[in-house]
Amino acid sequence: MTTNPNPQSGSPDKEPASEAQAAQNALGNTERAETATLPGRPQPESEPKPSLGRMFLDNLWAANTFTVTLLSLVLAIVVGAVLMIISDPTVLSTYSYITSRPSDAINSSWTLVSEAYANLFKGSVFDPEAFSAWVNGTGGWQAVLAPISETLTYAAPLIFTGLSVALAFRGGLFNIGAQGQATIGVIMAALAGFLLPLPPGLHLLVAVLAGALGGAIWGFIPGILKARAGAHEVINTIMLNYVATYFLTWLIVQNGVQDPTRTDAISKAVDSSAQLPRLLGGDLRVHAGILLAVLATWAVAWLLNRSTLGFELRAVGANPDAARTAGISVTRTYILIMVFAGILAGLGGSNMVLGSTASALTPLVVAQIGFDGILVALLGRVKPWGVLLAALLFGALQAGGNRMQSYSGISLELVTVLQALIVIFIAAPALVKAIFQLRAARAARLQTSLAKGW
Amino acid sequence: MSTMAVPDIAVAPVDEGFWTRSRKVGLTLLGLGLLAAVLFGALATDQQARFTLSDDAAGAALEINGTIGAILFGIITIAAGAALLAGVPKRWFLPVLGVGLVGFVLSFLCWQVSAAPAGQNFMPLVNIIRGTFILALPLIFGALAGVLCERSGVVNVAIEGQLLMGAFSGALFGSISGSVWVGLVAAAIGGALISLLLAVFAIRYLVDQVVMGIVLNLLAIGVTGFLYERLMQTDAEKYNSAPRFSNWEIPLLKDIPVLGPALFRGNIFLYLGLLLVLVIHIGLFRTRWGLRTRSVGEHPIAADTLGVKVLRVRYRNVLLAGVVAGIGGASYTLALYSFTKNMIGGKGFIALAALIFGRWNPTGALLAALFFGFADQLATYLGAISSSIPSQFLAMLPYLATILAVAGLVGRVRAPAADGKPYIKG
Repeated sequence: MTTNPNPQSGSPDKEPASEAQAAQNALGNTERAETATLPGRPQPESEPKPSLGRMFLDNLWAANTFTVTLLSLVLAIVVGAVLMIISDPTVLSTYSYITSRPSDAINSSWTLVSEAYANLFKGSVFDPEAFSAWVNGTGGWQAVLAPISETLTYAAPLIFTGLSVALAFRGGLFNIGAQGQATIGVIMAALAGFLLPLPPGLHLLVAVLAGALGGAIWGFIPGILKARAGAHEVINTIMLNYVATYFLTWLIVQNGVQDPTRTDAISKAVDSSAQLPRLLGGDLRVHAGILLAVLATWAVAWLLNRSTLGFELRAVGANPDAARTAGISVTRTYILIMVFAGILAGLGGSNMVLGSTASALTPLVVAQIGFDGILVALLGRVKPWGVLLAALLFGALQAGGNRMQSYSGISLELVTVLQALIVIFIAAPALVKAIFQLRAARAARLQTSLAKGW
Repeated sequence: MSTMAVPDIAVAPVDEGFWTRSRKVGLTLLGLGLLAAVLFGALATDQQARFTLSDDAAGAALEINGTIGAILFGIITIAAGAALLAGVPKRWFLPVLGVGLVGFVLSFLCWQVSAAPAGQNFMPLVNIIRGTFILALPLIFGALAGVLCERSGVVNVAIEGQLLMGAFSGALFGSISGSVWVGLVAAAIGGALISLLLAVFAIRYLVDQVVMGIVLNLLAIGVTGFLYERLMQTDAEKYNSAPRFSNWEIPLLKDIPVLGPALFRGNIFLYLGLLLVLVIHIGLFRTRWGLRTRSVGEHPIAADTLGVKVLRVRYRNVLLAGVVAGIGGASYTLALYSFTKNMIGGKGFIALAALIFGRWNPTGALLAALFFGFADQLATYLGAISSSIPSQFLAMLPYLATILAVAGLVGRVRAPAADGKPYIKG
């Protein structure tokens, strides 16, 4: 979805492809975070406007992407709080006499909810206690950076899978298969990690590339089926996710793969020479995967906005028939899109086993990164740098959720609920607009809609 | 509006010349038959492969020498393949294909059963058939929910979430009230709740339906998982001990040999599922409601022109789908198990596969669900006789079969024309 910093100027934009789509969306005043950060892109000149401050205030409460995203977050947090309250019998019991002593109910609810969300924040961004301990000399600097480190660790694979889904989206394909591609990626990366005797450095490179190759293979299958047989990629990627999962559970217990000292389903551990180096010493989990992820974000942004392939991809995504008429090979583009999407998801998979999250294959080694990637891509408005930010938010929720679970006893599942709710609200800006009575600023055109049939 | 219809570049392979679809399938079948006769025949042992007509090794049985059986059934498959290759009238295509596939499966079973460790060379048919239907149950309900939704033009990827929500609320309210019927109603409402979200967001807010389905699945997993940990795990006695439906035996039918004891002496959800298939099939193809549903799913503009309330039909069907899937979820928690986190475990997606494999047709979906259920049951059985075939590969079968079907290798599958496309009255 293209966005535009300038409410008056319509959409005279240099991205002719997503633009057909954007032209349909006809464009409200929404920020253009992604393109603004790209070098060399001239900013559209704006017409004379009433006053900067006035416009700022107007836009703040108008239904632009930023406001809708923020309010979606707020709504999700509110629903999360309600869930916490209704599932806590002691707090709930105070509501039985709310008319006689409302303070009880309000206080106990507030304590429960505020403590939980405070822990969510402390676990993901900044913990004042650790900071004061460090200032007083009783604690190390590691503890201060630990929340950020955790957030980045969780965010790295999500950036990859989010980019995978977003890239395919821009090409008009819905890649639900990031989960399967990441699964095959994790398998290949791990196999390369413990089967190949290679020197450090080279070993890591080979393992990471093996993960990418695995993802590419698993992306190629739905790509070629879509291009040659017209088989819908949504169906095929869903099915391939499960095929990949079963393959993983089978592979783990084979001779030569399974850890010989164990009887349960776990493979040998990846050699240390194939592990991504940790960035802040051994105590903190953040590893080089996050740097790779930022690099990948830049690469995808370049690919989409600056390369011929990116242009063709967006053209096909906007209108395959028009693209074909213009001489673009739609079949080739579909295959390439899925291969690239697979590579990105495969890299996300290798992050899971070469980083600090795990060092051996288990049935659940990829967690939910593929499905979370779909949410991340939608939240990031299917733009590379938007995906990066969305993945950071989701990483923070994961990291904070862990602390919330251990300190406040609020199940980690609440994070899944929050994530799903955020995306639901974002997908339906008209709803958010109605709830908050936002100014009517073209909210209907903010649709995340890429609606299409099977 | 901001919806974007990307027409699939479905360049349907036109059957031309000698290599018609029928001949290609015949060739594949011929290859399978050769594989069965040669490989399975060679691997099978000379022991008797016994297919007992009961729950265990006892009683009457169909017996055949393992090697002979494997080769014989392989030859049947070869013959079916050769017949298709030679060219048969169109109406004979499906029966011949069926015979060929059954031959292949039987050849495979002769090998597996005869090669099993001594004392285990039998396959209890009653047990297998019952297991097949029980494992297919959530798939049947889920696929029917898909049929209801998608025939009216709303893609339902949220089957998993609807089943899960149904299972959860069935367990929760069944436990609290102590009544199976309250549980059943609650399960239906739970499924309908997810459906309501799908309907409102897909129809009213025009959110992409696949996106919405995926997100709703995650939401259902999150909400049920969260409440499970907060309520059911802390006080299982109060919140997770739903009563179960007692077994209902159907007079007369229960006395049919093999099928009677396998199907008609128990689970009421099974009767309900089979009945629903019948009702929905007749409803869809023989009633006014069905005609309207299909017209809305194929060509909403035309339907609207003729005075059908497109959006109302879609809302109603999506909600109905939720009710059906919710009851399907209850077939877990009100008959078999207590609720556990994420207990549907991907069955919703196999149901989706069954829906597609069954070509958006209730009876087709039933057959597909039974096929997938059989694959599932076979995996369990082969595990029990310590077979050399990894169960994971059998578990992949539904998904691979669906990919082949969608890719047009087993005939074309075509979704309702307006499936997934929001309708904006203009």
